[in-house]
Amino acid sequence: MFLSMNWISDFVDFTGLDKVKLIHRFSLSTAEVENEIFFKGADISGVVVAEIKSVENHPDSKKLHLLQVDAGEPELTDVVCGAPNVRVGMKTAFAKVGAKLGEIEIAPRPLAGHMSYGMCCSESELGISDDHSGIMDITEDVPNGTDIKELYAIDDIIFEVDNKSLTNRPDLWGHYGIAREFAALADRPLKALDTADLTAYDALQKVDMKIEDPLCQRYSCLQMENITRSVSPVNMRIRLFYCGMRGINFLADLTNYLMLEMGQPMHAFDSRKVGKIRIKRFAQPFEFQTLDGVERHIDENTLMICNDNTPVAIAGIMGGLDSEIVEDTTTLTLESATFDAASVRKSTVRLAHRTDASMRYEKSLDPEMTVPAIARFLYLLMKYDRDVKVVSALTDAYAFRYPQINLTFDKAFVDRYTGIEMDNDTMVKTLTSLGFTVTLNDSAFDVTVPSWRATKDVTMNADIIEEITRIYGYDNFEIHTTRSPLYPVREDVVKNNEDRIKDLLVKRYSLHEVHSYIWAYADEQKALGIPVEENVKLLNATNPNMETLRSSMIPTQLCQINSNVGYAPEFGIFEIGRVVEGLDENGLCAEHKKLAVTLYSKEKDVRTLYFELRDMLAVLTDDIKHKPLSYQAVQAQHSYEHPVNLNAVFLDGKKIGTMGVVHPTVGKKIDKKSSIVFAELDMSEFAAVTNDSVSYKEPSKFPPMDYDISVIVPAGVFYADLVCCWKDEGKGILRGARIVDTYDTEAFHSIAIRFEFSSPERTLSSAEVQEIMDRIIDNLNKINVALR
Amino acid sequence: MDNRIDLLREKIQQKLGEVTDLAELDKLRVSYLGKKGSVTALLKGMKDLSNDERKTFGAEVNKLKANTAELIERKIEELNEKAIEAEIKRMPVFDVTTPPELTRGSYHPVTLSQRQCESVFKSMGFTVEDYAEVVTDYECFEAVNIPKHHPARDMQDTYYLENGQLLKTQTSAAQNAILRKYRKNLVENGVPIKAIFPGRCFRNEATDACHENTFFQMEGMMVDKGISISNLIYFMKTMLSEVFQRDIKVRLRPGFFPFVEPGFELDINCEICGGEGCPSCKHSGWLELCPCGMIHPNVLREGGVDPDTYTGFAFGLGLTRLVMMKYSVKDIRDLNSGNLKALSQFTDDDN
Repeated sequence: MFLSMNWISDFVDFTGLDKVKLIHRFSLSTAEVENEIFFKGADISGVVVAEIKSVENHPDSKKLHLLQVDAGEPELTDVVCGAPNVRVGMKTAFAKVGAKLGEIEIAPRPLAGHMSYGMCCSESELGISDDHSGIMDITEDVPNGTDIKELYAIDDIIFEVDNKSLTNRPDLWGHYGIAREFAALADRPLKALDTADLTAYDALQKVDMKIEDPLCQRYSCLQMENITRSVSPVNMRIRLFYCGMRGINFLADLTNYLMLEMGQPMHAFDSRKVGKIRIKRFAQPFEFQTLDGVERHIDENTLMICNDNTPVAIAGIMGGLDSEIVEDTTTLTLESATFDAASVRKSTVRLAHRTDASMRYEKSLDPEMTVPAIARFLYLLMKYDRDVKVVSALTDAYAFRYPQINLTFDKAFVDRYTGIEMDNDTMVKTLTSLGFTVTLNDSAFDVTVPSWRATKDVTMNADIIEEITRIYGYDNFEIHTTRSPLYPVREDVVKNNEDRIKDLLVKRYSLHEVHSYIWAYADEQKALGIPVEENVKLLNATNPNMETLRSSMIPTQLCQINSNVGYAPEFGIFEIGRVVEGLDENGLCAEHKKLAVTLYSKEKDVRTLYFELRDMLAVLTDDIKHKPLSYQAVQAQHSYEHPVNLNAVFLDGKKIGTMGVVHPTVGKKIDKKSSIVFAELDMSEFAAVTNDSVSYKEPSKFPPMDYDISVIVPAGVFYADLVCCWKDEGKGILRGARIVDTYDTEAFHSIAIRFEFSSPERTLSSAEVQEIMDRIIDNLNKINVALR
Repeated sequence: MDNRIDLLREKIQQKLGEVTDLAELDKLRVSYLGKKGSVTALLKGMKDLSNDERKTFGAEVNKLKANTAELIERKIEELNEKAIEAEIKRMPVFDVTTPPELTRGSYHPVTLSQRQCESVFKSMGFTVEDYAEVVTDYECFEAVNIPKHHPARDMQDTYYLENGQLLKTQTSAAQNAILRKYRKNLVENGVPIKAIFPGRCFRNEATDACHENTFFQMEGMMVDKGISISNLIYFMKTMLSEVFQRDIKVRLRPGFFPFVEPGFELDINCEICGGEGCPSCKHSGWLELCPCGMIHPNVLREGGVDPDTYTGFAFGLGLTRLVMMKYSVKDIRDLNSGNLKALSQFTDDDN
């Protein structure tokens, strides 16, 4: 919203103050002002009122005229002018030699063979409207040579306030409300608005008007006739133009002027079309043509202004084409009303049509404003069009009143909330200047909120704090730290585990952390032959590619691997992110935080890569939990899983995830010759496992003894089965066993295992070791594992 | 006296002089000093001599034996030295100037910025909280004083799910749960609530270089008796100075956010121009950084904390925005792209 300092100055005397500084203060205390401030008229000088004394056609040009103008100087001035509307006796804006119009400096110059000593200006050239159809036609009776800036308020400071920062301030949608803020900031009084006395018409007949729907809070109207003026005063048009509104005609301009001044949208109906005003909704939807000529679909939730049963306007949004003021309108009905803010906003969204009026209504306008706005409108109307006649009494239906808001608090409350010392007088003065009524007894405040702040904005004591502090200025605050006591802070286990996992994967395994979206990538997955699995859907996805939430991050990562294939011959990615595994028993999304890892290699065979991944997971758990993982082969359930080597991963006997190889159909689509393996772990299951502390064992002072065997392992027997053959046989002296060599031929799979024996108390004898080994070998034989 | 000893001595000296490797030397040692060695044989042959002769001869042979052993020891040392010298000579010169193999992993830049912020807040006694991404209408809106008809609830902003839940539009969705988690400790033990909650947020909007539907925020709050606006400004200034590692000037302007009252827009002085005005700060000298404010009494009440006794402040930092500022990321979409050409550059925290 653009604001004019001239307009604001109608209500506050800024004599002796720097207006630009005040605008900056306004930005820090009230609402955000855009950085660029426009100094209108600053680049215009040397333009005077001049009268055209003679007009001759240019001998060599059809467009140009040769003029002599009286610019208030002893001699007439010769001017060549191309405007079509020149005539003898016309007064216009004349830029003399030496005048400045923006970038242009006027100098004598020949035009088609004739010298021109100056330029007659259009309004557009003066920057006061976009009318460039002809030179300005000045009707005011002023001496020739009068500076145009003395005649019209061309000089002005215009600034723009970010509409979003006014969301909660219905009172700031007009210059008068803004002026109240400036008055408070400048510590100057706010002048009252000049208004007409509406009680003078009380004896006249009222308008037939009735609110038939609770969405209309208040409806005030007045009928008047004999409006003869059609063009607005120049200064009014300049203000409207500077504030971003195009001049239309006097009546339309005046309703706009009132809206920009008081924030109250108004509408003028042709009284012939609107004799019986009813405000209501219709049960059946219908089409309605608004005054911009557009057919709009009106449904059963949209509040309408009607002439009996004929809709004539969309309440709070826009009038209808049929009831608009036209050339031969003699009597008009002026509407000034308030409507339910939420209803206007929803209708705006439904109709996809936002207007200057609806923008204001959405903010919860003060219903107390409707009648003063009419009084102000009438005052201005009569000021510029003396013969106007009011033909009805003020007609006013006030269906919904906001309750008056009274707040009580004491100084201690303010001190506690602000953390600074502010004296009572400052607080009283600030609140009073903003329109609050304040009674102070000792340090107890009793405050009544003004109606224009009481529609939703100020409802409680914390709101008062804002009023006091923002005018005081946050830059003036003395700042200090809190006095809160200190307590130790415990770290969240999930967070701790997450950080350590990320460090290990990045630092030790050189993986890359990626982020992705929470929904399945339908298109990318389709290209890889991974259908999106049924899951919770977004209701309002803007794009079908993202409508289903993902239940696993692996398909996402395969898409990411696919898009990174050219990055390097070998790389791995991971993410700690969320998936949704359908709904839980309460109908809520079963959201889980997961760690997903995917490794890709063109160089390594799948077995090597698979074991790299297995070791990676084992190191994570060993490092963070000091516990081993165990595995169990499971059936593939998803399109991207290879049916062989898909393992559930267990920690402390609890399943925490899966690891596997990508299905060859999917793998081949990514890269014909590559290995891809993946794992997904549940972070909260992982975090829930307590970590074993390190249990220290005194190093033995006696020599250890190693015993190597080499065995042939038949298909179907796993190392874990072998471990069962010795885990209970150690007699306290078997320290461990490990694979020292593997040897594979077509015929058999063989491994060499080294057993380490030692005792903390004595040197072992070969006999006692042999005895244990004999039993182990015996156990191995029982599961068909023979010595080689 | 026969001259066998002299002959043998000469022979030994000659042979030991010629030997060039340790194995050969060991063979010689055995051939002289071993059980069947020639020196040993001399001793064995003494039984035929008279007592006097045996005495003299024995002494001579023992001297020879000792000399020989010493010669051999010296020879071993000499050969070892030569071997080391040879080994040193064999060592080639490595070309250290070849490019090193720098296989490194990478953190997501959001992780780096998040960690940096977390460490600042942790150092000031804040807990770091985790929160869900799918939340209820109550958590995201009702509980934080966003009433039924607030524009923020409009379909164009929020992703709603078919089960009635939604993807959280703001980290404030965690405020209620955090207040409830710590309220008992606050009320009963006087422990202030000091928490930050980084998290992923979602907005239903079209994406372009500056807009993402999925992004990270980090919310923080502090609740205790007597927390004031003055404290809020102090904390924001101190923390932001740590995060940006320079002395930050902050500026507060009124800002409307339903979950705070009063609410502020916090600006920091522009680092690029030092406050003079430049294109980065739209010539104002200030950068709008984060919303903050005093927690709305309704939010405290809804979290089970009595607003007549306790006050608090809250703020919301745009983590994704911090990343973009810090690393000059031009296109926000790079961050969720998974594109390793972009992401693999963030190998470590560089501060």
